[in-house]
Amino acid sequence: MAEINFTKLLVHLVVLVDVVLLHVAYATYFERKVIGHMQMRMGPTRVGPMGLLQPIADGIKLFFKEDIIPAAADRPLFYAAPIICLVAMLSCLAVLPFDPNHVLADLNIGLIFIFAMSSLASYGVVLAGWASNSKYSFLGGMRSMSQVISYEIAMGLSLVGVMMMTGSLNLGQIVAAQAASPFGIYAIPQFIGFFVFVVSMLAETNRVPFDLPEAETELVAGYCTEYSGIRFSLFFMAEYIGMIVMASIGTICFLGGWNGPFTVPYVPFFWFLLKIYAIMFFFFWVRATLPRYRYDQLMDLGWKFLIPLALANILLTGLMKTVLE
Amino acid sequence: MAALEQRSMEIPIPAQEKELFALKMGPQHPATHGVLRLDLFLDGETIAICKPDVGYLHRGFEKIAENKSYAQFLPITDRLDYIGAMANNVGYCHAVETLLNIEVPERANYIRTIVAEMSRISGHLLWLATHALDIGAMTVFLYCFREREILLDLFEELCGARLTTSYTRLGGVRQDVSALFMDNLTKFTDDFPTKIADYETLIDTNRIWLKRTQNIGVISGKQAVQLGFTGPTLRGSGVDYDVRKHRPYCVYDRLDFQVPLGRKGDIYDRYLCRMEEFRQSVAIIKQCLEQLPPGPIVNDDAPDLIMPITPQRKVAADSIGSSGIIQLMEDRNIYMEGDVYVSTEAPKGELGFYFVSDGEGRPYRMHIRSPSFIHIGGIPAICEGEMVADVIACIGSLDVVLGECDR
Amino acid sequence: MEPLAIADKLKKKFPDDVLDIVEARKQVGVILRRDHIVEICGWLHDDPDLLFDHLLGLCGVDYRPKGRGFEVVYNLYSIHNRHMIRLRADIPEDECWLDSVIPVWRGADWHERECYDLLGIEFRGHPDLRRILLPEDWQGHPLRKDYPLSPTKKTEWQGYEELKELSKALRVHGFQQESSNSKTAQHLVKEAGNGGT
Repeated sequence: MAEINFTKLLVHLVVLVDVVLLHVAYATYFERKVIGHMQMRMGPTRVGPMGLLQPIADGIKLFFKEDIIPAAADRPLFYAAPIICLVAMLSCLAVLPFDPNHVLADLNIGLIFIFAMSSLASYGVVLAGWASNSKYSFLGGMRSMSQVISYEIAMGLSLVGVMMMTGSLNLGQIVAAQAASPFGIYAIPQFIGFFVFVVSMLAETNRVPFDLPEAETELVAGYCTEYSGIRFSLFFMAEYIGMIVMASIGTICFLGGWNGPFTVPYVPFFWFLLKIYAIMFFFFWVRATLPRYRYDQLMDLGWKFLIPLALANILLTGLMKTVLE
Repeated sequence: MAALEQRSMEIPIPAQEKELFALKMGPQHPATHGVLRLDLFLDGETIAICKPDVGYLHRGFEKIAENKSYAQFLPITDRLDYIGAMANNVGYCHAVETLLNIEVPERANYIRTIVAEMSRISGHLLWLATHALDIGAMTVFLYCFREREILLDLFEELCGARLTTSYTRLGGVRQDVSALFMDNLTKFTDDFPTKIADYETLIDTNRIWLKRTQNIGVISGKQAVQLGFTGPTLRGSGVDYDVRKHRPYCVYDRLDFQVPLGRKGDIYDRYLCRMEEFRQSVAIIKQCLEQLPPGPIVNDDAPDLIMPITPQRKVAADSIGSSGIIQLMEDRNIYMEGDVYVSTEAPKGELGFYFVSDGEGRPYRMHIRSPSFIHIGGIPAICEGEMVADVIACIGSLDVVLGECDR
Repeated sequence: MEPLAIADKLKKKFPDDVLDIVEARKQVGVILRRDHIVEICGWLHDDPDLLFDHLLGLCGVDYRPKGRGFEVVYNLYSIHNRHMIRLRADIPEDECWLDSVIPVWRGADWHERECYDLLGIEFRGHPDLRRILLPEDWQGHPLRKDYPLSPTKKTEWQGYEELKELSKALRVHGFQQESSNSKTAQHLVKEAGNGGT
């Protein structure tokens, strides 16, 4: 019995990681195409038909690039940092329910687990900044740490409303409870929470307009200034997996998970993927449109605006719940 | 080798400021617009001390000028502000013509005005593109380059070169405008105002853009004059000084245009000034295209290598080894002893040439008053007390080019 | 005001300092003794009729081949009154210094550093008189007329020599080493020759 479960688990794991890494590769392609067309250019077209092999070419290139390690770097930490990032982000995937039957670890505290793991990823970033022994990396690492800490709170609070309405931290149960709710998705009754979530989602994943840790015009490349080749690509993958994870949480908690207006036969995760793609598109759209916040303005926004708003949302949800019952 | 390392590591730190975090920004940095180096001393993320360091692109133009004839130096002016080469050509030729007292035909003056304004637009487009990119707005960058491409194509149609144009000649311009050029330029002037509106919708009403630019990098009008600022950087602080209005050259005194002024002197005001200058430049080009008179494009008596080469000139040009041109010019006896300072309004600010002539065919001494050099000298006054991210925005709003700064 | 009128006014105010007034192409230059340059500039800056608030440029000229010393040239402009004047401070060859005008125009700072860098004129009272365009250990002042146009090995900047040494030392890592010592290089050359015929 245990033997069979183990094999099944392993297969499940390998498939999951492969699928997600493929998504990461093609997310970069998707991003370049989307932003390219928004900026009236073509994006990649040369490698393969319509440039479809571009991500693979990029991957091969990064893999075979010289791995440069600065002489003054703290080597063990320098090696470990990208791996910490990637592992933390990958482990988030374990608790995500892609459809009712496909979840690797059906944890009762799924949401908390994801928070814990994404906070852990920022350790990797801070260590990278510290271990590189470069001033730009250091500043990038510091910025990243304070940003993640501030926005983690806002994000956590924005999801408290959802937890209150569901009464569970299990992601599967959140989706199930959502399907039973009057609107079918929580984005409508929890619109304040959803707004706070979207903003902190951008900040958590270090995306424009909150890409200060790697603000290229100020800090060259922030925490990954000194990284090259495969180590850089590990950071890169971690960032994109982070985006996918955040998009999944958004889908699960606010957009109704795998449920859709009608059932698509044979593809139970159709709606889930579609919603994730929509959120990813939103990420890219924002990147093509908005300038970058300044460090102190970012903190102002987080502490003085988003957190009070999220707290007000909790109060409101509580009141509504009491009144309706 | 040890000496080399030691030299590059040396930043003079004031004794009491040892606690500060020293950050050397540049010369290889994505946002310092060339090879500018800033020695920053940070208190947290706030700039306590900022020391710009220039000279990485010093090519000794002033020394070169002393060893070349006036006409020979013209191509080198392209390399000053390599974004607005036309404006430099016009400025240089205007200065030499004032020194040598050469008349410029009417038509050539109009064409010069057109190309100078085109280079102002293309220079400001590059400024807007990089300034927006520095603040993080990526799309504006590509939108601006789309229009700049049209302008560069027009330059190519006009003189065969896109960046290093060397289009003007002493006493006129090199080639007449073609019908294709006129058509395309008319089309461009008609289209461009809608494109400006495009840029403005992208950034002008954007809350983040306003937060990053308003009340940041403030410099009062009085301070700006004290520091010697010119061009849109000075006008952003509300000081009405434009060489085109104060000491008109070419045909600017016959044209109707406004000089936009800012009020507060922050980054946003400088941005608004330059955006309005787009519209004024388009208006100037339109008027010039309407008024463009027929006639010669170059003064036949002008001492230059200008085409078509008459047989006599050709002989003179062939004997260039023994400074044949200079010989030819000396025969005419147009040289004088004395000095002049002549300036024009380049995209970046006032571009002035100070010549000392001792009656020979080359300048005894030439000094280039480059706006970028003076603006970079003013960076500490603008940046100190702001944050690291604002330094980038401030440099962007000054619109500096290091080729011009270091000469 | 007309430039000549300004020059006359200046001469009336400082009769001992004005050495000469020269006009060329409707521009007027006033040649001054260097001793009271800061006072004169301060007066030009503050006098209500003149108000020369804008220092257009400051540069030095080496007149030694002409039998004089150096000159520092100030191009002044009044944004308010729209007039221009040029001051030319005469500096003897053996005492190559001048008082700094930073108290009058803050923007003179970098101009004076540049002038010091390229012509070796010392500005007294300048807070931070270092080389600006050239490296700190550069020898000589290039805009002086006696500066050699092409350097000999002896007068070459030391930093460039060091850089050449460095590049020689690093050449072992480059491509040249590989192509010169191996037979394959010759082989390739041969092959290319065959292909050509």
